[in-house]
Amino acid sequence: MPVRVAGTTDERAAPPERRTPKRGPRSAAGPSAGPGAERAAERKQAFRELVGTQLPRLYWAARALVGDDAEDAVQDCMVKAFERFDQLHDPVAGPAWLRRILINCCRDRLRADARHPDSVGFEEVESFSLYRKIAYEDPFPYSDSLHLDFLQEFGREDVHAVLRRLPDLYRVPLVLVHMEGFLARETAEILQVPLGTVLARLHRGRKLFEKRMWDYAEENGLLKGGSR
Amino acid sequence: MISCAEAVRQLWEYLDATVDPARRAEIDDHLSLCARCCGELEFAVEMRRLLADSGGPELPEDVRGRLNRKLKELE
Repeated sequence: MPVRVAGTTDERAAPPERRTPKRGPRSAAGPSAGPGAERAAERKQAFRELVGTQLPRLYWAARALVGDDAEDAVQDCMVKAFERFDQLHDPVAGPAWLRRILINCCRDRLRADARHPDSVGFEEVESFSLYRKIAYEDPFPYSDSLHLDFLQEFGREDVHAVLRRLPDLYRVPLVLVHMEGFLARETAEILQVPLGTVLARLHRGRKLFEKRMWDYAEENGLLKGGSR
Repeated sequence: MISCAEAVRQLWEYLDATVDPARRAEIDDHLSLCARCCGELEFAVEMRRLLADSGGPELPEDVRGRLNRKLKELE
């Protein structure tokens, strides 16, 4: 079931005047355009402005959720949002409304491309501490801020590459909470699972993210200190 | 007092404020006496910042061009 956002309504409940053009004086919308056409032009302009300002955020959220399908997911989101734009009555709710539509589009794609979670040895992951691993391995011997230097080796594309190494089950709540800023209970509502399930997946997702960061750093030469 | 392993295991939950008050007090007590776990806590804060900042205000130009074309097609 799609998630609703405050400030929106079901299209069927939209006020009739929004859907029934009335005759009136000509306007800038066109030589024979009436108020209906003018409203439609305003509506398109408002939609363009809303989506235009939100595109970067939508794209990067989609990258984190569905990887290489991100552009397609954002396009799905634009189409669905345009079809339902009449449901958005409070412009302030626009960005949150778009994000929810995007998340639903990404979830559809993840379901369509359902893969079994990678086999993950959680006993190993549970006891893994990236902080201790960095201190023990000491990858930057001349550094006096070893842990920060490690993190600074990770650019945005590296972070997304690490996220893509996580099974969907753990990546999605991690992205919703730590990139998109949803609370755990909001994430449970979006994913339609109990709060306890989200908290457990977040816990494992974080541990797995730490382990995959170290693996990625080793495999991609990030531990050589300024080598890139 | 709880062990380092127990404290570290729940540091992200501690930062999320999703641990119960009794557990939170135990972690607070541990952190007040354990410098290494304070280091772990600071590192967890930085990790969260790395994730939060991994979106961005800009788009690759080719992506922006394709998405803007799609946006215009909707009209």
